[in-house]
Amino acid sequence: MKILTGNDLRSGAVTWWNGTGWSPFVDDAVDVGEEADEILAREQAARRVNAAYAIAARIDAAGHVRPAHIKDRVRALGPTVRRDLAVPTAAKTGWDWVI
Amino acid sequence: MYRYDQYDQAMVDARVAEFRDQARRRLEGKLTEDQFKPLRLMNGLYLQLHAYMLRVAIPYGTLDARQLEMLADIADKYDRGYGHFTTRQNIQYNWIKLDDCADALADLATVEMHAIQTSGNCIRNISADHFAGAAADEVVDPRPYAELMRQWSSFHPEFTYLPRKFKIAVIASEKDRAAMRLHDIGVRIVRNAAGEIGAEFYAGGGMGRTPMIAPLIRDFVPIDQFITYAEACLRVYNRYGRRDNKYKARIKILVHELGAEEYIRQVEEEFAHLLSVGVEPPREELARITEYFAPPAFVDGPKTVDRSDPDFALWVDRNTHRHKHDAYVSAVISLKPAGGIPGDATSGQMRVVARLAREYSFDELRVMHTQNLLLPHVAIRDLPAVWQALDEAGLGSPNKDTIEDIIACPGLDYCSLANARSIPLAQRISERFAATGRTEVVGELKLKISGCINACGHHHAGHIGILGVDKKGKENFQLSLGGSEAEDVSLAKITGPGFDEDGVIAAVETVTDVYLAARTDGERFLDTYRRIGMEPFKEALYG
Repeated sequence: MKILTGNDLRSGAVTWWNGTGWSPFVDDAVDVGEEADEILAREQAARRVNAAYAIAARIDAAGHVRPAHIKDRVRALGPTVRRDLAVPTAAKTGWDWVI
Repeated sequence: MYRYDQYDQAMVDARVAEFRDQARRRLEGKLTEDQFKPLRLMNGLYLQLHAYMLRVAIPYGTLDARQLEMLADIADKYDRGYGHFTTRQNIQYNWIKLDDCADALADLATVEMHAIQTSGNCIRNISADHFAGAAADEVVDPRPYAELMRQWSSFHPEFTYLPRKFKIAVIASEKDRAAMRLHDIGVRIVRNAAGEIGAEFYAGGGMGRTPMIAPLIRDFVPIDQFITYAEACLRVYNRYGRRDNKYKARIKILVHELGAEEYIRQVEEEFAHLLSVGVEPPREELARITEYFAPPAFVDGPKTVDRSDPDFALWVDRNTHRHKHDAYVSAVISLKPAGGIPGDATSGQMRVVARLAREYSFDELRVMHTQNLLLPHVAIRDLPAVWQALDEAGLGSPNKDTIEDIIACPGLDYCSLANARSIPLAQRISERFAATGRTEVVGELKLKISGCINACGHHHAGHIGILGVDKKGKENFQLSLGGSEAEDVSLAKITGPGFDEDGVIAAVETVTDVYLAARTDGERFLDTYRRIGMEPFKEALYG
């Protein structure tokens, strides 16, 4: 699947396209298929997201969205060395899938 | 230390106002990200993996207590209660909001600090020997010369858009404690046979993907021509540096491709021309600056400590450095607790250090390129009180220059350029060596870890270096041996195929085993490596 991610313009926080808006939780990300470029152009022009891009991802056996690249998995959860600063909901699913 | 005059303050205040307007226009949609990005970078604001990151300049690593307290306040008010001290003596905040950034910069300006030129293709923060003004072996305090360079390089219109970023380090001792020859320009302040002060210039050093040691390009520039010579070095680079290829744009590539001799010839030609133009600041300006760095009023006192507490004695042995006054030492504050994150300090810890600087170090402190802090002037009689306060704050680790004193870049935990994580390796290695008591057995061993080829963790200069790479989507770590950033500068060599995370930690233990078995009395790891060569280490690692 192809999902969209970027950073919130004001806070810089990592966000994921959920089909209607931007969520801080990677599990909310939806497959955008061939619409990636169109959504990215529209959302960045409206300043609802910053530095956004499309990435490959998969759904794991438990139904969680897992970005294909390690960098985006770290972005999804937060610094692995500061788990106290992790994105709370994402952290509930554990850390094993990140590295 | 130096205090802003009305020009310094006006420039910084004007830049804050300018950035506030730029950020507002970005938030209102009047600037695109492509338009805004170079503007925010000029003010030290990056976009990293999880958030915006603000890098604040700490000129030549010198701070006073009120400035460190402000850095703590900014950590609490605009960030998440901590900051990260870097290998270029700066501090980075990892969670700054664009909404807040101008306010943070305005707060910084109230204590004569800023984030200007901490990014972009310009002359970056001037770094220096962290023991400057205190070291027993220095010719003079190098900071007035570093400050003069700061003023010259700040907003220099000709050098705002260089081919690539440009880093300068200034020292004034035979000992190199600033990785001087691994900078674009390294300056050593020296005294010639006639007793005159001048500067030795090195150019074309650097780490990154093409590490190079800077060659000596002039052994004595009279101090009243010091800035003119630096200007000549920059002019030749600005004219001929490779703007067509980012990876070949640093001055080290120019010096290498031209050859040092030809680069020197061109610099000398430009220097002769500039001497007739009159770009050198008046000598009165250097004299004015130097007054700010007058030594504190040291007083005589005890020259030894009560060593009955072994923990305290170990800390004194490990973390204090000889001072030019024999009743004082410089005290290194380790930001490397076993299992901790190298270079990170909480706002509470910053306030403790600020208080200690005010009470025990003439209101002075330093950021070290090793990602530690330093109280430069501590009376030996005050060491027990200082150590106790540090220990209570988690800042009393007695591990300066040991394998626990690891330099590590933020790596893939924070940095958008990184391929692998650096910090977890540092945590696991320091924990393992601390737990087994091998730290003291091994002695001086500088381990440096970078999470990508940009080498912010100085892995090329580590006695042991580790470079994280991406291998088919997995973290992989290359081990290298034999580097040094000091006066015996050398570049580390790769041992062979890389390792996974567990494997590289085991490999570090293996190479220390080889060292311990082979060392002779008084040999550091680096000395043994240089004597026996790479082969015994490779044999132990790969069989």
